[in-house]
Amino acid sequence: MPAPAASSPAAVNASGWGWRYATREAWAARDVTLRIEPGERVLLLGASGSGKSTLLQGIAGVLGGADEGEQEGTLRVGGDPAVATRGTSGLVLQDPDSQTILARVGDDVAFGCENLGVPREEIWQRVHAALDAVGLDVPLDRSTSALSGGQKQRLALAGVLAMRPGVVLLDEPTANLDPAGVAEVRDAVGRGLDATGATFIVIEHRVDVWMPLVDRVIALAPGGGVLADGSPRAVLGVGAGSPQPATSRHAVPGRDARTHTDGTSPHPASARGVWAGEQRVGSRGAGDPTAGDPSGSDAAAPDLPHQLAAAGVWVPGIAPRIPQPPAAAPGDALLAAQGLVVARTAGTPVAGPLDVEARAGEVLGIVGPNGAGKSTLGLTLAGLLRPEAGQVVASDALAEGAVARRRRHRRRHAAAGSDPVGWSSRSLLTRIGTVFQDPEHQLLARTVREELAVGPRALGLPEGEVAARVDELLERLRLARLAEANPYTLSGGEKRRLTVAATLATRPLVMVLDEPTFGQDAVTWAELVAIIAGLRDGIDERGPLAIVAITHDEAVLDALHARRFEVGA
Amino acid sequence: MSPDVGRGPVAQRNAVAKLGAALLIALPLVVTIDPVSALVALLLEIPLLLSAGLSARQFWLRTLPLWIAAPASAVTIALYGAASGEVYVEWLFVRVSEGSLLLAAATFLRVLAIGLPAVVLFVTVDPTDLADGLGQIVRLPARFVLGALAGMRMLGLLADDWRALSLARRARGVADAGRLRRAFGTAFALFVLAIRRGSSLATAMEARAFGAPGARTWARESRLTAADGILLLSGAAISATALAVSIAVGAFTPVLGR
Repeated sequence: MPAPAASSPAAVNASGWGWRYATREAWAARDVTLRIEPGERVLLLGASGSGKSTLLQGIAGVLGGADEGEQEGTLRVGGDPAVATRGTSGLVLQDPDSQTILARVGDDVAFGCENLGVPREEIWQRVHAALDAVGLDVPLDRSTSALSGGQKQRLALAGVLAMRPGVVLLDEPTANLDPAGVAEVRDAVGRGLDATGATFIVIEHRVDVWMPLVDRVIALAPGGGVLADGSPRAVLGVGAGSPQPATSRHAVPGRDARTHTDGTSPHPASARGVWAGEQRVGSRGAGDPTAGDPSGSDAAAPDLPHQLAAAGVWVPGIAPRIPQPPAAAPGDALLAAQGLVVARTAGTPVAGPLDVEARAGEVLGIVGPNGAGKSTLGLTLAGLLRPEAGQVVASDALAEGAVARRRRHRRRHAAAGSDPVGWSSRSLLTRIGTVFQDPEHQLLARTVREELAVGPRALGLPEGEVAARVDELLERLRLARLAEANPYTLSGGEKRRLTVAATLATRPLVMVLDEPTFGQDAVTWAELVAIIAGLRDGIDERGPLAIVAITHDEAVLDALHARRFEVGA
Repeated sequence: MSPDVGRGPVAQRNAVAKLGAALLIALPLVVTIDPVSALVALLLEIPLLLSAGLSARQFWLRTLPLWIAAPASAVTIALYGAASGEVYVEWLFVRVSEGSLLLAAATFLRVLAIGLPAVVLFVTVDPTDLADGLGQIVRLPARFVLGALAGMRMLGLLADDWRALSLARRARGVADAGRLRRAFGTAFALFVLAIRRGSSLATAMEARAFGAPGARTWARESRLTAADGILLLSGAAISATALAVSIAVGAFTPVLGR
């Protein structure tokens, strides 16, 4: 009898594979033909919309049956159709919160084993081993909601490793994490793979994070098919000079152990090192046919890294375009706070006392680890949360004309005072604009066009003016093509551009942006940075704006010449 | 959402036994509406309430809604309930009669007799333990039990979503409208968000082989012990004695078929 639910490293075989969700007209993935050998470690790249996530979910067998969508071609894991192999592959997704299934750490890790029918005594051995592998040293009865983002992702990984899958699949597992969390998760994955030798496929825009771990890179083409397939050096033009070149990693002890167990060559791919030339020719929208030379040499085709960069991949060595430094010195402080103690819910302060000010023509970068209270500070500065102690004071120029929140206040004093938290919702619109971390929290309308009109309409602007502003923003933020689309159906980068545009529509003097570039691909990142730099320097009669950016992304702060303000150091 | 940590003999019983005992007390008591059965049940429940393992503070805090609901429903019934016997006060729709006062007393006692043991038994139930018990002892389908369990954990996230949605509405300039309209709009947005969260939770569960063919095992064993049996028997005994006494003294008043 086979040991229950422990898979040996499995091969993944796709042949002309495609998937169309029942609710969509376009194919989410199409014409994917590739073979991944048991134990290979693959970085899967591609522009948004190329079907990376769909392919990963297909391999994991969670896309569902014929009522959920239409499949073409074949997708096999370890020789069997992927749908029938649930449990052979384990998948970790991007959002830490929707990964946690049960209330206690031990139970959550055990969940997959239970589903696979592993006997009780063995489950708990596996739980301990998996938690050790990911380095999560907390009691089994610890509440899962008390974990940090990085810990939650390691917990999800432990849950997957405990299933002893033949294939470990990660879909942007670190996109929501601070730099410390990213390293935590990456190292945990390395240990887990060394222990199991499982086949590994990861999707990530931030190529450099996973470079030390992968030995093959596959890029999907935007319109379907495979754009490139080979060693990191062949595809990205990197690897040879990196501190951990692909060749030296073969000597890592855990990897040798794997070759002993499965008895096969650990890297069929490094011998491969080729472009998927024939697929490129046959695939739709594969880009410039002159890009690169499908000759099988192990050097990157000259244009391929740039082509990938243009598709949003963070190719090491190709930095996104960075805007000019600010033209003028910062102006007056528009918002200032002294002795500010901030709290998400009244009575439980998370940070403070803080002295901070936001000046026109400058980006104030609020930095600090996950959970330090950065977002809470941002929301407090934006006049959305009431300070626990201290006060946010708006300059006279900013506060002029603001109306108080409640009618009885308005009667008592003519003006609303200088603390934005006392202003009416409508008064905030032209003064402080806030872009939330999760775009879906601030979407209100059924189409992109209506979404942009929400603010101007709330201001009571004439319809002609509303339409003019909306049209201008649709053009400037490259949303015109999507004007009639439902905001919820946009990609992550498009949603982010939309919420920025919707905030700009009412022309505020201060912008508070919570993680504006989090998890964005390189193209969207460069666009957002350019937009923010433009606002900082002034795009219209308002002159330079004061920008408050809450972020883990050091690169965005460097690019914007931000003044850093550390919370919870 | 989190259960109170209870000590003592009742708190440590299997979650299914606690659920069963609460049902065994409640179900027979809802068929009759007379003060005697409720009073007898309430008296017999005193040892159960005392051994539930809650501190005095926990007890009053958790049962506070009952102490508000019981008198409130009693007053309503006293004023508007079906009148019979001598009428003491009459004003517009208000008719306080001998019959309505008796019914009010019966209602007051019944709300407490059914509510107090249910609350006291339930606040020490851990949802995960209950799911284990329902899956292994009651043998409800794992799909249903674990789906509900994972969904419940999401409620905490939805509370955070509600806060974020409300703040975002203020930032978008649409929060000056009436409180009711605002709440309605936010509730709808929360509903949409909850569906999206639910579907990504379902994907995460399937990614861990939830619904895989073959028998599922349970990492935590859940069985009924002799002590659980005693708890269940006590529940049945309380309601049986209460009904017997009520019938014996002729106070038994079935809700249906009068």
